Amino acid sequence: MNESKQYRDVSRRQALIVVGAGGLAAAGLTLLPQAASADAAAVDAAIKGLIGGKTPQAGRITLDLPQIAENGNTVPITVEVDSPMTEQDYCKAVHIFADKNPQPGVASINFTPACGKAKASTRMRLAKTQNVVAVAEMSDGSVYTAKAEVKVTIGGCGG
Amino acid sequence: MRRIALAAVAASGLTVMLAGTALTDETNWGAYEVGDKRSGYTYAAAETRSIQDDDFENPAMLWVDTGQELWDTVEGEAGKACASCHDDAAVSMAEVGAIYPVYYEPRGKLINIEQRINLCRTENMKAKAWKWESRELLSMTAFVRNQARGRPVAVKIDGPAAPFYEKGKEFYYQRRGQLDMACKSCHEDNAGNMIRANLLSQGQSNGFPTYRLKWQKVGSLHRRFRGCNSQVRATPYKAGSDEYVNLELFLADRGRGLPVETPAVRN
Amino acid sequence: MAKPKPRVKVPKTAAKGEVLEIKTLITHKMESGQRKDKKTGEKIPQKIINKFVCAFNGKEVFSADWHPAISANPFMSFYAVATESGTFEFTWTDDDGSVYSKTAQLTVE
Repeated sequence: MNESKQYRDVSRRQALIVVGAGGLAAAGLTLLPQAASADAAAVDAAIKGLIGGKTPQAGRITLDLPQIAENGNTVPITVEVDSPMTEQDYCKAVHIFADKNPQPGVASINFTPACGKAKASTRMRLAKTQNVVAVAEMSDGSVYTAKAEVKVTIGGCGG
Repeated sequence: MRRIALAAVAASGLTVMLAGTALTDETNWGAYEVGDKRSGYTYAAAETRSIQDDDFENPAMLWVDTGQELWDTVEGEAGKACASCHDDAAVSMAEVGAIYPVYYEPRGKLINIEQRINLCRTENMKAKAWKWESRELLSMTAFVRNQARGRPVAVKIDGPAAPFYEKGKEFYYQRRGQLDMACKSCHEDNAGNMIRANLLSQGQSNGFPTYRLKWQKVGSLHRRFRGCNSQVRATPYKAGSDEYVNLELFLADRGRGLPVETPAVRN
Repeated sequence: MAKPKPRVKVPKTAAKGEVLEIKTLITHKMESGQRKDKKTGEKIPQKIINKFVCAFNGKEVFSADWHPAISANPFMSFYAVATESGTFEFTWTDDDGSVYSKTAQLTVE
């Protein structure tokens, strides 16, 4: 049948040009934030606003995110902080940011020792490929951070 | 002719990027694969599949819950609920999701589950029909079809249903729209190939109504048909039209043996 | 919009000291405030659930502040230690001030 041949014959170059032009006009992502994006500086400012002058350290946070998100409307995220979760020593909160969304804040998750485990999952919107940053505040005042990039697939018909 | 096709494809951004052979896939998909038929589940990303895997993570179950409530809700002048006649849906609706659409004698044509629900409402409950794609109709359809979850799709295509099946088949292979593409152009000839950033599936219907990440809610099979038809730049038919109900029967038969998955989660 | 409908999964019984996984969902569009009305071109105002709280026997165990980047029909899962029998109360607070809630009983053996 030659109808399928017609579009199979699109050369890779032509196809790429089309993707370039069409990528921005992707249908169906109308619920996603489309305004000007935040940036790394805005994320830093937001973090400062929460934790003051403290310097976040690396470590203790496990960030579970897809490397490539099939749809930016619904990106699953699980965050876990290594903490004994006792009255004396626990993780108080984890703040999640996305540096290329119109607003950097995604969520602040507040734990208590009654959680038993500093682990939580939710789903978020990512307007485009960007870094997701988590900042954990511990009961002793120390602050930890972790970052992961998520590539967001734009456009297409959903298959 | 070929130039025109290319221009049309380019204009739409609906470009099939990969030519050649389908991806070989050695994964054992269990119940989601029957012979050469593969549920849309097997084409979805791992994260999307995991949302479907657990009923307490699958947001579509919120619609199923609503359907359960509506099942027991008395409405209309006859003072009846669905449960007044059909009692326990787990028993009375055990098969429905696997065997619809069916030929309906009084109308001389096929009806699907949505239409059966509304017939019950208008004729037996003396209540108003629910609008297509309303929260109520989606919830009840998802609830009813969910009762047949796991059951192999087994529609009847002979006898009085035969001519409607043939019409549905004709629709499936009929090229349409400015892109001049048929259902089969994507879902038969190119299942397993990429269309821009998406992996084309076989276009199976066993998980509908389905929660689409794109829609951020549950939607009907006919909404999906309308989306596909728009994307090939054809004028979509109305949800609930004879054309789409006939197509629904053809698709069900095309996926015969795949288990009902309602409510599925898809990109 | 229809009244948001919550759904929660909490074990009915648990051993003392057990760490329980709790899963929650609620129907809500989570209107981001970034979207434009296709017909009028006007921005659709933000309307989201901005706060989720889980309390046990009246005491807060877990909470979350949500921004517009939380997906529609928000999902949240987390953990809680089973200390005694009692009632979990889950509340979701909407930008318009509405509060949606659901409870679940836990028996500690």
